[in-house]
Amino acid sequence: MAEISTTGNKGKGIRSDCFVTLELAAKGGINLQLESKVAVMYGESIKKQALEIMAFFGIEHANLRIEDQGALPLVLAARIEAAVKKLISTEKEYLTPLLDCNKSLTARDRNRFSRLYLPGNSPALMINAGIHHPDGIILDLEDAVAPEKKYEARFLVRNALRSIDFYGAERMVRINQGERGLEDLEYIVAHNVNLILLPKCESAGQVHAVNKKIEEFVHGTSYMVHPIWIMPIIESALGVINAYSIASSADNVVALAIGLEDYTADLGTRRTLEGKESFFARSMVVNAARAAGIQPIDSVFSDIGDMEALRQNVLNSKALGFDGMGCIHPRQINVIHEAFAPSSEEIEKAKKIVFAFHEAEKKGLGVVALGNKMIDPPVVKRALNTINLAVKMNKLAENWRESYEI
Amino acid sequence: MKYDKLVTNALGRTVPTIINGKPAVPYMGVGKYRPTGFKASTKIASCADYPEDGNKVVSSLKEALVKAGLKDGMCISTHHHFRNGDLVAVPVFDIAHELGVKDLMWLPSASFPCHEVLTKYLEDGTIDHLEGSMNGALGKFTSEGKMKGLGILRSHGGRYQSVQDGEVHIDIAVIAAPTADPFGNMNGVNGQTACGPLGFALADAQYAEKVIVVTDNLVPFPCIPWQINGNYVDYVVVMDKIGIAEKIVSGTTEITKSPDRLLLAEWSAQFCDEAGLIYDGFSFQAGAGGTALSIGIYFSDILRSRGWKARFARGGSNKYLVKMLEEGLVEYILDGQTFDLDGVRSMRDNPHHVMTTPFTSYNYHGKGNFSSLVDIVILGATEVDVNFNANVVTHSDGYLLHGIGGWMNTLFGKTVILPVPLFRDRNPVIRDRVTTLCGPGELIDVIVTERGIAINPLRTDLIEKMKNTSLPIRTIQELKEEAERICGVPEKPKFTDEIVAVVKWVDGTVIDSVYKIAR
Repeated sequence: MAEISTTGNKGKGIRSDCFVTLELAAKGGINLQLESKVAVMYGESIKKQALEIMAFFGIEHANLRIEDQGALPLVLAARIEAAVKKLISTEKEYLTPLLDCNKSLTARDRNRFSRLYLPGNSPALMINAGIHHPDGIILDLEDAVAPEKKYEARFLVRNALRSIDFYGAERMVRINQGERGLEDLEYIVAHNVNLILLPKCESAGQVHAVNKKIEEFVHGTSYMVHPIWIMPIIESALGVINAYSIASSADNVVALAIGLEDYTADLGTRRTLEGKESFFARSMVVNAARAAGIQPIDSVFSDIGDMEALRQNVLNSKALGFDGMGCIHPRQINVIHEAFAPSSEEIEKAKKIVFAFHEAEKKGLGVVALGNKMIDPPVVKRALNTINLAVKMNKLAENWRESYEI
Repeated sequence: MKYDKLVTNALGRTVPTIINGKPAVPYMGVGKYRPTGFKASTKIASCADYPEDGNKVVSSLKEALVKAGLKDGMCISTHHHFRNGDLVAVPVFDIAHELGVKDLMWLPSASFPCHEVLTKYLEDGTIDHLEGSMNGALGKFTSEGKMKGLGILRSHGGRYQSVQDGEVHIDIAVIAAPTADPFGNMNGVNGQTACGPLGFALADAQYAEKVIVVTDNLVPFPCIPWQINGNYVDYVVVMDKIGIAEKIVSGTTEITKSPDRLLLAEWSAQFCDEAGLIYDGFSFQAGAGGTALSIGIYFSDILRSRGWKARFARGGSNKYLVKMLEEGLVEYILDGQTFDLDGVRSMRDNPHHVMTTPFTSYNYHGKGNFSSLVDIVILGATEVDVNFNANVVTHSDGYLLHGIGGWMNTLFGKTVILPVPLFRDRNPVIRDRVTTLCGPGELIDVIVTERGIAINPLRTDLIEKMKNTSLPIRTIQELKEEAERICGVPEKPKFTDEIVAVVKWVDGTVIDSVYKIAR
């Protein structure tokens, strides 16, 4: 094992993070050096926390240096613990407080219009993510984390799941591919993750492997067993072809997403604004998800400066049948919600149908009619969905029928 | 004696009543202090002593300073319309140093990083102390107790008031002017260093014993427009370059890209709208910060969609405000300083873009001023306490870092809104007690943070209007607790009991003291 370990980030533009250097020593106690931009206000508390963690892991002699740019306690703890575990092998975990808000479970069919990607090793972006009210946040251990930072990111993501208030967003984690992804599970399963995103999914077997690992991990422990949903991401030609078997591979698969950057690369083409090249794949994903009774979710839109193009993109996506898409910037969230929300015309039309439906029910009629046109049951169902959604998104009062006039 | 005779003022803050040897009045409350007596006066001049041909040009700044009688202990004033591109203030003190002059008092209307080199003259005794703003390195210097005299921080309006009232007597005013004529008429809208208005130099011109105008664009008489009249001026100096154009238009005037700050802006605008503060013919104060700028964008959307106009907007102006003027969303810009070239152009060419001065906008010892006529004022703060008192001059670590600017003066607007993050990294903004009190809570109405909006309990009207809002209204106590839950409870900065500077309220009374940092 290495003599010295380092974790965290430093340098220009780094905020709400710290850089930790740890060197074990044979004697001399804990020699703690702290440089902090919040030293005046939190210097003593940082030192106390650092020494507490050293004691927790039974480290008696070490040189510990912390270069702090205003890291919150959960971040300091993650950095120090990762530095310790790079040097010594231990089963112990230094867990930050589990907030009550992070004990919540999510419903299988909740809205997943927007899910905000947060790089798993960048605390500054995590802390305020929830204030923008995405439907979900994704703590990303995969592509957004450099290979040499993947180990330490797990501790940060774990602590974030426990100790950051995401203000009602569904707590998702994108794990790595393959074996590394299965190891990632050990850091998140016991910490109330709501949903796991499975990248580069090409077969039902990958979903089974994740579920098996979760079961093994939970088995024989006192960990709370709660539903952990899975959202496989289809990012290759093979994945597209196997979309239905992936979508229907397990009960806890609640959504199927598509990742277009990797998919178009796999096809040997490039992603365009128009999206002709991915039309087949997107339709396949929508179709497979619908066939399996789960939500189809679209890829991210990467031009964060162009909100009008994003809006068009979302409208296209909605027209293809998708129920949501990824975001890489908080400002995209409102645009996505607006565009996925039912439009005023859709709501007006749905109101007519739903009103007629209730009138028919009242009169004990088996058939819903608008004027002399009969309305099919699936149309009624869709109208009911539209109304529910409109109410949920504050676009329609819950008691709208009281004041409704034909 | 730097200071003496400490008392507790009406806000419970300990302040000296003798400052740099002169008496000072402790803060008594908003609108409580009534000055008596007469304004300052300057000596009567005679045309007989000035050239008949109107040519007041002398060969150099040094000659002008010598002719003006530069000597030990004088007060030298400069303005900050050139912001970080100022090339005039530093040479003034270089010359003083070269002439062996000591113990000067520098009265800038604000200081910038380009002035940090002056710390060497504070160290060697050329300058005794500053009255104005102590930013950046000058703030650090002051906070560490290295300044000989006691620093005095004033607002833009307070600077005018103090000069007008004779609290400060300017011996020599050095006014950098982007365009001037040999008689001394000057403006800021033309020339290579155009900066817009020159209002911050008005008090200096009116009340200084001697007035030196420094320009790099001398035009034949008459210099039109004459924002400040040459009749106040003793000497005119021509330099190659008095400012660096690209630094005059500072970089803080872009709309923020930070999603968190945009959220603050969006919520602030939504709050104003739902509370009925925006109406056809309303007025607002546009700030220079990125968040304040983006609120203007949201205001524009609201005005446009309803076919409304703002009757006037108070600047600092910039391209965004100019766009509102040109689009017809704002009828007049009443502008104290321009932050970019669009602002300069607009002030020069558009009669609806009008120069204001600290006299018209902010002077508390006048027969009214404009600041109380403004409907919505958006400001920043480094700290706010649970009684809505706010700080803008020191940071939570105790160091002086910012000037007051017009912040204190604009608090008199009808509704004052502070969009601030609940915490910056790990610095909670809402505290039990602010490090330095610059704005009494009774004048601060709404705190907008990303985790909730607190309305001052004194504003029962706003509380009533926002009863059914979808915005997250919280008490300020709840916001403070949330910040502490996330960041932990901060320790207080450690100070010695030595005062290094005082903050003066708009009426010249002493509202708080700034202490030396403990090592």
